[in-house]
Amino acid sequence: MVKVEFLGPISNETLTLDIDNLSQLASILQKNENVSTWLETCAVAINDTLVSSKDVPLQEGDRISLLPPVCGG
Amino acid sequence: MNKNNKGLELVDGPLNVQTITNNWYTAYKDSNYGAIITFVGIVRDEDEIEGLSFDVYEPILNSWFNTWQEKAEKKNALVLIAHSRGDVLNHNSSYIAAVCSAKRRVALEMIDEFVEDFKKTAPIWKYDLKNNNRVYAKDRSTKIDGAGILAL
Repeated sequence: MVKVEFLGPISNETLTLDIDNLSQLASILQKNENVSTWLETCAVAINDTLVSSKDVPLQEGDRISLLPPVCGG
Repeated sequence: MNKNNKGLELVDGPLNVQTITNNWYTAYKDSNYGAIITFVGIVRDEDEIEGLSFDVYEPILNSWFNTWQEKAEKKNALVLIAHSRGDVLNHNSSYIAAVCSAKRRVALEMIDEFVEDFKKTAPIWKYDLKNNNRVYAKDRSTKIDGAGILAL
């Protein structure tokens, strides 16, 4: 199982999912109406490291974060 | 030296600019830096906002900061940041950045790049406080590099 958390302004509870890769996550989130509109602008981190491709295998216990557009300062 | 994220300070609410900048000056004035450049960001009264509010995601902010500190060290410089979490009303400071450097030119150039990269890369989300609502500043926000991999 992996955990998926939504940071900043995305209002969605943390999900616990039985998935092996980010493509499966994409399919699930594309059907989630709270989240689907955010996907185009969200960066993705696995265990707090940003990833730039969906071709990353997931391990048991991984924590995935979705980061919407930022504005510090 | 950055294992404990020395130089990165998060504060609930507005920043006490005098205390933070004085502490930085006191901490580093004897380290033989020839220049300390401080940037103080202040919340402006515009678009009828009462203030701003911030969410901060610390783990990735720490990595971002450590990468910058390593980059600064290669130029015999040091970077410092203080940032608010939660609400900061107009005319208060939510963000202070500084570069300490042996040479002024390094500090002058680095403060520009450091402040700009912070605004568009650091995992911080900004909201306008308006009519008792907290409204995500979507139009002023920037996608992190690599965003969109989960989209159709």
